[in-house]
Amino acid sequence: MSSRKQLRIISPNGHLGFAPTQEGSFRIGAATKPDYYCCDSGSDDIGPAPLGEDKSVSMYEWQVHDLELMLLASREQGVPMIVGSAGDTGSNSRVDMFVQIIKDLAKKHRLPKFKLAYFYSEVDQEYIRQQMLKGKIIEGLDGRPPLTFEDLDRTNRIVAVAGVHPYIKALEMGADVIIGGRSSDCAVFAAPAIKEGFPENLAYYLGKVLECASFCAEPYGAKESVIGTITHEDVKVTAMHPNQRCTIASVAGHAMYERSNPFYEYVAGGMLDMTECVYEQYDEKTCRITGPKFVPAEGKIKVKLEGAGKVGEKYIGIAGIRDPYTIKNIDKVIELARAQVEAMAAGRPYFLDFKVFGKNGVLGDMEPVKETKSHELCVVVEGIAATSEFAEQVTSMATRQLFYARLPEVKGTAGTASYVVDEMLRATPAYEWTINHVIEVDDPLELFEVHMIEV
Amino acid sequence: MKPAKLVDLAKTIRSKNAGTDKITFDIIFNDKEAYERVKASGRLTKETVAKLYNISVDRICDFVEFDPAMAIKFTIYRNKPSGSPGERDIFGCQQYPPLYDIEIP
Repeated sequence: MSSRKQLRIISPNGHLGFAPTQEGSFRIGAATKPDYYCCDSGSDDIGPAPLGEDKSVSMYEWQVHDLELMLLASREQGVPMIVGSAGDTGSNSRVDMFVQIIKDLAKKHRLPKFKLAYFYSEVDQEYIRQQMLKGKIIEGLDGRPPLTFEDLDRTNRIVAVAGVHPYIKALEMGADVIIGGRSSDCAVFAAPAIKEGFPENLAYYLGKVLECASFCAEPYGAKESVIGTITHEDVKVTAMHPNQRCTIASVAGHAMYERSNPFYEYVAGGMLDMTECVYEQYDEKTCRITGPKFVPAEGKIKVKLEGAGKVGEKYIGIAGIRDPYTIKNIDKVIELARAQVEAMAAGRPYFLDFKVFGKNGVLGDMEPVKETKSHELCVVVEGIAATSEFAEQVTSMATRQLFYARLPEVKGTAGTASYVVDEMLRATPAYEWTINHVIEVDDPLELFEVHMIEV
Repeated sequence: MKPAKLVDLAKTIRSKNAGTDKITFDIIFNDKEAYERVKASGRLTKETVAKLYNISVDRICDFVEFDPAMAIKFTIYRNKPSGSPGERDIFGCQQYPPLYDIEIP
C-alpha cells in the first residue's frame, strides 16, 4: 500500500493542442500544486488520414503553447508531467516532434536538467505478418472479422494503443517528463496512480473521468482544467474554472461520452466495470465516485491496433443550385452526371460521391426527411482515384455536369450551377481504417520500448 | 398528459463517434419524471430508432438505460469506418437531430 493518502492530478485539456488550453483555469489548478500534470493529445476521432499521411491536425503553435504551460508549471514544482498519444496520432514522428518541442522549451527557458522518457507506438507491418504466418489470429473489434493479409497489405501505418505499462516503467526509471506514443486516453492518468500504489479500479476510473478535462463539468466549456483526486477509497473530480462545477449529472453523463456502452471500458490488461458506480455531490464543485470495479484480463494481454490504408488521391468539387426545376430533379441530374463520368472513365477504377446539402447531405440514406423544401442546394462532389490527375478529372467531370445539366423545363441555358471557385480542391489523400483489431502479447512492454534522455 | 416531443423533454440529445466503427447517441434528462416518462412510453426503443433512421435493427449494437445520468443511450455500427470515402460526418456529431421530433405520449 502506498504511503500517500491521496494523489492529485491536473488535466488541462481533453486533447492537447487541438484547441489551445485555457490559461485561467489552468493557473488556478496549478496554484493548488497538483502531484502530476497529465494530458492526452490524440484520438482516432479525427479519421484515418492523419495517421496515414503521418501528420497532425492540431496547429503546431497550439501544441507548443499547451506543452509550454504544462512543462513550466511541472518543472517549477518539480513534479512529473505526462503526455500521451503525442501530436494527434501518436505515431513515431509525432513523438519525435513533441520530444523536440520539450527540448526547445527547456533551452528557451533555461530549465535545470531533467529526465525525459518517451516511447513509440508504431508497429511494423512485417512484425504483424510474421505473427499471422505463425498462425496467430489478430482478432477484430466492433464486429470486424480477424485481420486478413489483404487488409494488412493495404495498410500504410499501424499504431498499437499502449496501456499503463510503458508509463509506469518510465516513472520507475525516474522520468520527470514522459512523451507517449498512441495510448489509451485513461492510461495517461491511471499509470501514475497505480505506480503510487493506489487501487487499479479507482486508478482507471480516475483516468476515465479526467481524459476529456472539463467535458466532465458543467456548464459546457472546453479546454478548461479539472483536478482528479484519488484516495484508497474514492475518486473526486473538481472543476477549476470559476463558473464550472463537476456534478453528479455532468460526471455520470461524461462516463458514457464517446463510447458505445456506459458501463464498460476496455484497456490493455483488463476491463473497467462502472455498473455499480455511485456518484455523490461532495462539495459545490466536486463530484465523488465510488464503486468502480476492475476485471483483469484473463490469459494474455491484448493490445489494440489501429491502422490506416491509402485508398487514393482525392479532390472536392462544390456546386450551388438555385434553379427550382433542377432542385426538384436533382436525383436525375446526378444520375446523368454519374453516367458521363462512367463513360469518360472507360473502365478505369474511381470512387465518386455526391453529397446534396439541403436534401440529405449530413445523414445520407439515414435522413428521415424525404421532402426537399430548400430553395437552394449545395452539392459537394468527392472524387477519388489512383492518380491525382484522374481524381481531379473525375471530380471535375462530375461537377461540370451539374453546370451543364439541361433538363427540358429549365429556362436558364447558360449554366445550372453556381461555383464558389471554378476549380477542384485538392484534399489530403483518402484513407480508410483498415485495422481496428487486438493482438495478444506475452509482455505488455513488448511493443513499447521506453527510452530515456537527459534534457 | 399532453403529448410532447423528445426535444422538449430532454436536456441533452447528442451523437458522436465511439471508436472508428460506431456512432453513439445520448439522450440525457435533468428531471426524473421526464426520464421515466420516456422510458415507459415505448417510443424510444431499438425498433423505433431503426425505423426512424431507416436501418436494420441489427445495426444497433447497444441500447441501454443509464440511471445514474438519467440517460438513454444507443450505438449504431457505421456502414463504413469513419473518414472512409463517401464520409458525410467524420465525427458523427450531427446524426442526432431526427430524434428531436419523436413524439412521447
